[in-house]
Amino acid sequence: MAVISRGFTGRGRDHTPDLPPGQYLTADFPVLSAGPTPDIDTADWQFSIRTDDATLHTWNWDEIHALPIEDIDTDIHCVTRWSKFGTSWRGVSLDTLFADIETTDGFVMAHSYGGYTTNIPLDDLLGGKAWIAFEFDGEPLDPEHGGPARLLVPHLYFWKSAKWIRSLEMMPADQPGFWEQNGYNMYGDPWLEQRYW
Amino acid sequence: MSTLSERETRDAAPHRIGLWHAGVVVSTKTESPTGRSIVLDVPGWGGNIAGQHADLRLTAADGYQAVRSYSIASVSNGDRVELAVDRLPTGEVSPYLVDELRPGDQLELRGPLGGWFVWTPSLPDAVQLIGGGSGIVPLMAMIRSHTASGSDAPFRLLYSVRSPDDAFFRSELDTPTPGLDVTWLYTRVAPEGWGRPPGRITVDDLAGSAFAASLSPAVFVCGPTGFVESVATALVALGHDPHKVKTERFGGA
Repeated sequence: MAVISRGFTGRGRDHTPDLPPGQYLTADFPVLSAGPTPDIDTADWQFSIRTDDATLHTWNWDEIHALPIEDIDTDIHCVTRWSKFGTSWRGVSLDTLFADIETTDGFVMAHSYGGYTTNIPLDDLLGGKAWIAFEFDGEPLDPEHGGPARLLVPHLYFWKSAKWIRSLEMMPADQPGFWEQNGYNMYGDPWLEQRYW
Repeated sequence: MSTLSERETRDAAPHRIGLWHAGVVVSTKTESPTGRSIVLDVPGWGGNIAGQHADLRLTAADGYQAVRSYSIASVSNGDRVELAVDRLPTGEVSPYLVDELRPGDQLELRGPLGGWFVWTPSLPDAVQLIGGGSGIVPLMAMIRSHTASGSDAPFRLLYSVRSPDDAFFRSELDTPTPGLDVTWLYTRVAPEGWGRPPGRITVDDLAGSAFAASLSPAVFVCGPTGFVESVATALVALGHDPHKVKTERFGGA
């Protein structure tokens, strides 16, 4: 039996094919994070990828900027139900960063300055689908939005796009990261509404 | 490799996504010029712990649906759920909940959700709650859980509101409660004769009224993004361990 909420009419019946189910559009850029925003000096910043044989591949701020930098125009979708269309970023593709890396592991744990973690299959980071982004809308990325640099994986819910990215650690099997241990889905496809456990 | 806090993760709340439950409005209460609390009876809900939220679904007569998440102000083992909602002028759902909804109306709830921004009486640490505006809602659940359980963890609340009229849960917070210390901060209009001039929360407010970092309190901060950002940064500057400062922000419509 359908539960009808008397007097509720709602809005937004316009068909918006680019909006995943259960999302609404916002022009703002809301923030979701679990704790204080870390203060990271780009002089101390570094990003690494750690493979199964414990090899560390590391880039500092100048080194990552010396790699090919791409312009990314994309829609983003937060699990808290806002979506934002046509955001513009600049950053380095993970295809570039993984170019010289050999691994047999299929999963990645992203680690952030401040301790945040999130898990992503390697396939979702390669093939032009993910970046280390350090500019938003033509400006250096704000700390509250993940600056100096964040992971950008826009085809998944935005908690997978770890703010304040510090390293990617290869894993042979999928393990839950921070929000994934606290109620959110292991994969997080917005088109399948994979919000929660 | 350890993440933010393994202990709290192991103690995580019974986050249950489950099915949509039909609920009926038992009562509503005006809390402020823009906000109200809503008590629901939701058969099959099964309870929630302090700090969790719920997905709320409204269905229009033509089948159109809208879903939003709201923090829960209550704690129970049963089927009663209290929400408190602030009206966002451009919102689709909050104006309906604040202005239109009345006892007997139906809606659906799913949850409880969230295992991070939560407090349970088994946690022994001193607790510092810092709320801005309707960010009081999950903190109110923690205060109620603290009172109901008889926990002897010392609790302090700093509650920042625009004016005295904008405070949610005013009478309940003004009732002296053992083990709870409440400090009010006013950003625009303070009561007659109030010692502190109206203004946004500062490092001095935190240094003067919050538990000191040396006590290693568990800190929960909830409110609009700008409020949470400045409070969390100030707490870290005062020496609080960032891993003991949990934040929840709201925005959007």
